[in-house]
Amino acid sequence: MNNFDRMLSSEDVMRRRASFLQRIHIDGPLLVILLTLAAGSLFVLYSASGKNWDLLLKQATSFGIGLVSMFVIAQLEPRFMARWVPLAYVTGVLLLVVVDVMGHNAMGATRWINIPGVIRFQPSEFLKIIMPATIAWYLSKRTLPPHLKHVAISLVLIGVPFILIVRQPDLGTALLILASGAFVLFMGGLRWRWIVSVVAAAVPVAVAMWFFVMHDYQKQRVLTFLDPESDPLGTGWNIIQSKAAIGSGGVFGKGWLLGTQSHLDFLPESHTDFIIAVLGEEFGLVGICLLLIVYLLLIGRGLMITAQAQTLFGKLLAGSLTMTFFVYVFVNIGMVSGLLPVVGVPLPFISYGGTSLVTLLSAFGVLMSIHTHRKWIAQV
Amino acid sequence: MSQPIRLKDHEKDARLVRNRVVVGAVAIMLLICVLIARLYYLQIIQYDYHSTLSENNRVHVQPIPPTRGLIFDRNGVIIADNRPSFSLSMTRERAGNWQEVLDNIVEVLELTDDDRALFEKRMRQGRRPFEPVPILFELSEEQIARVAVNQFRLPGVEVVAQLVRHYPQGAHFAHSVGYVGRINEKELKTLDPVNYSGTHHIGKTGIERFYEDALHGQVGYEEVETNARGRVLRVLKRTDPKPGKDIVLSLDIKLQEAAEAALGGRRGAVVALDPRTGEVLAMVSQPSFDPNLFVTGISFKAYAELRDSIDRPLFNRVLRGLYPPGSTIKPAVAIAGLDSGVVNAGSRVFDPGYYQLPNYDHKYRNWNRSGDGWVDLDTAIMRSNDTYFYDLAHKMGIDRLSSYMNKFGIGQRVSLDMFEESAGLMPSREWKRATRRQAWFPGETLILGIGQGYMQATPLQLAQATALIANKGVWNRPHLAKTIEGQPPVDENPMENIILRDKSDWAKVTHGMEQVMHNARGTARKAAAGAQYRIAGKSGTAQVVAIKQGEKYDRNKLQERHRDHALFVAFAPADDPKIVVSVMVENGESGSGVAAPVVRQIMDAWLLDEHGRLKSEFAPATVTQESAL
Repeated sequence: MNNFDRMLSSEDVMRRRASFLQRIHIDGPLLVILLTLAAGSLFVLYSASGKNWDLLLKQATSFGIGLVSMFVIAQLEPRFMARWVPLAYVTGVLLLVVVDVMGHNAMGATRWINIPGVIRFQPSEFLKIIMPATIAWYLSKRTLPPHLKHVAISLVLIGVPFILIVRQPDLGTALLILASGAFVLFMGGLRWRWIVSVVAAAVPVAVAMWFFVMHDYQKQRVLTFLDPESDPLGTGWNIIQSKAAIGSGGVFGKGWLLGTQSHLDFLPESHTDFIIAVLGEEFGLVGICLLLIVYLLLIGRGLMITAQAQTLFGKLLAGSLTMTFFVYVFVNIGMVSGLLPVVGVPLPFISYGGTSLVTLLSAFGVLMSIHTHRKWIAQV
Repeated sequence: MSQPIRLKDHEKDARLVRNRVVVGAVAIMLLICVLIARLYYLQIIQYDYHSTLSENNRVHVQPIPPTRGLIFDRNGVIIADNRPSFSLSMTRERAGNWQEVLDNIVEVLELTDDDRALFEKRMRQGRRPFEPVPILFELSEEQIARVAVNQFRLPGVEVVAQLVRHYPQGAHFAHSVGYVGRINEKELKTLDPVNYSGTHHIGKTGIERFYEDALHGQVGYEEVETNARGRVLRVLKRTDPKPGKDIVLSLDIKLQEAAEAALGGRRGAVVALDPRTGEVLAMVSQPSFDPNLFVTGISFKAYAELRDSIDRPLFNRVLRGLYPPGSTIKPAVAIAGLDSGVVNAGSRVFDPGYYQLPNYDHKYRNWNRSGDGWVDLDTAIMRSNDTYFYDLAHKMGIDRLSSYMNKFGIGQRVSLDMFEESAGLMPSREWKRATRRQAWFPGETLILGIGQGYMQATPLQLAQATALIANKGVWNRPHLAKTIEGQPPVDENPMENIILRDKSDWAKVTHGMEQVMHNARGTARKAAAGAQYRIAGKSGTAQVVAIKQGEKYDRNKLQERHRDHALFVAFAPADDPKIVVSVMVENGESGSGVAAPVVRQIMDAWLLDEHGRLKSEFAPATVTQESAL
């Protein structure tokens, strides 16, 4: 730590107030909120997993790994990131191609890179950060609002990994990565009339996807979403049970560890994608609202960082990451409560799952980096 | 890129991004509001609905079937009990591809395609979703072990212990007690779905069927918490089932066995009853079958064998076998003649060996072709004289005869608690007009007088008609149940007692019947030889094929199964009757020669102790009072 401090000391003169946290490039408010979420996650997971201590330990470990990853990334200067982003993007796309050609098969979908004994990861997870960073890097070098040509090139940059991920097939992740790229364009001041025309064009595209791109199980999910009662014991089961879990929680919930839907296994995937239903069942509307408040604080902080970012790259990237984070929250709660079709999106920081945690914390590491590497002179 | 422009751009860009941040923040707040609205809708507005849904998920009401009531004979010997049995049941919803699982079961237990067809049939009868359907019963230890070892191949299949009906006496009571069997689809539609929710078996015939409601009991409940896979985690509330009522029968297993032994393997029927109460003491229909076969589901082959056997073991001869009563009806006809005044004890008829209606050529033959000469009532019964009864019937006419016979139970259902008893047939003018669209001919009345013609009765009806003579016209419907949970059965629809103008007519007819047994010219004197008590009886033969006018019954010309059925009815002791026996021996030919010894053997078994003396309880203590009549 001392070496680290000394290394940073040259910059100290440029800082108005250099607290310890700022010196190690950690954003205090973000850290507090993230730790709150981590604690909340373990608390809900304990119940959702049926008091499975092993699982809690794994989740805690993942948090630890994620925090380390966040810490390391926070040390990187945004300028440094921007320099390496193109290479990272190319690497990510290549990995996706590798997955496409010879990926490891898991759950009927080919998403993993697996070198036995060494590493096993999803390149698509990697792209959740690389994607917005790439577009931010590209647009930050252009004049804003972006010209049609630059928008087109951005769309190509987004489209290549998008199509590769759709082919895995993992429509949920592909759409989220598409969104993260699109948010950069949005933050970059994409003209409203283009946004409107894209939304208008989305309808025929969706229809075309239905007939030519989507797999049967994906179509089934959409059909089930539209009418869950049509197959109450089959594909409609998840959504009926999750709605019953949330609805039966009422205002204050059934109490911690007392949710019958999850503890009696009526709620599928209760500790992963559907964990919000456990929260809703055991802590009611109050519990979910509290969680939403914490999320709003996190998003608010992210937007503040966006607004205060000094470089355009930083602004675009921070804005996109924050907006994408909100999309995660919205899509997950929306799908579990029956507003949106069931797509495999975990609830950020609460759902069990190491990969998602590490990615999310890394993203917040990027935000911290953007916020803590500001040059105060330039701010004047 | 030149530096000054970039600096200028930088500020503009910052503004632009800041605007977009504001737009984004507003959008986020709006969408959060959408989420909260949705949660408000689910958790506040739809709270009751989801709460119920979640409770229904969790809490299941499981029926607890009541234990079926036991059935005992009159001395407390068990006739029907419940035995723990292991059965294989399958839940279709948990089996996945249940057809494939059925294949696996057949393979694992080394069963045949026939069994598989049976399983499939049972599976298709499955009732509610997620209800385990029993498909194979009476698993052996080995079969249980095999299922356990192969459990991974048999999803949704489990071994279940349940109580199953068992008949330790086997074939003895198959025709009286009947049996239970699996509830079929037709029965399912009429059964109380609540009370039978946990029950798989129902009485199919006999006592089991007739007293189904009493034997079944009342279903109990268990509110259990189950998880999504249907596993019971804990019991929340329990209402115990009310077990079925025990039934004590009036049947006596020793007498039943004695009656079967007396029949000696011949096809036939025996009813023995106590005339004072109507209690049935023995009820035999031979051949019989093992009712245990039907409880857990009989195989197609075994059933076909029983059904198609020429001996008709499934046919209840006592209740459903219809025979022309022949001469066994003569005592009842005699009562009718006396009471209606067409004959009296002293009136005589000359028998030249036949009877002729005025202006008709047709000769109605006496069985004794040479004729008995002058015959009075006593002799007519003793000798079973047909001519006397032709004359009596002719004088009475069909209307009065029919009405009297109805009072004796012919053409009526006589029993109190027997399932599917046949009513038999006592013809009348109205009956003939309705069914044949013909007028009644006088000749038809004549042959009714000797129990032939259209008249048809079951062995039970013959026993009851005889019991009425023994009991001097007091009706007690024959019944098998002595008590149901200590309560005697109640006759909801009692028959009217037969009240004669002159009560001594009973004694006159009884005397004639005693002469049948004990007079040196009595037709069944051999059967009564050496009896410790007086018997009043009457033989009869029921034609299987009609004999043409002028032709003689020649046994050698007839195939065995076309020979006459031998009938005999009797009661004893004659002056204080304690037992009435009615016997039918299929193709036995001679009532007095074949059926009468069977009756005697049964009476001995009931009335005598092991030393061959009249049992003390049957000793003539009240004789002096009775004989005054």
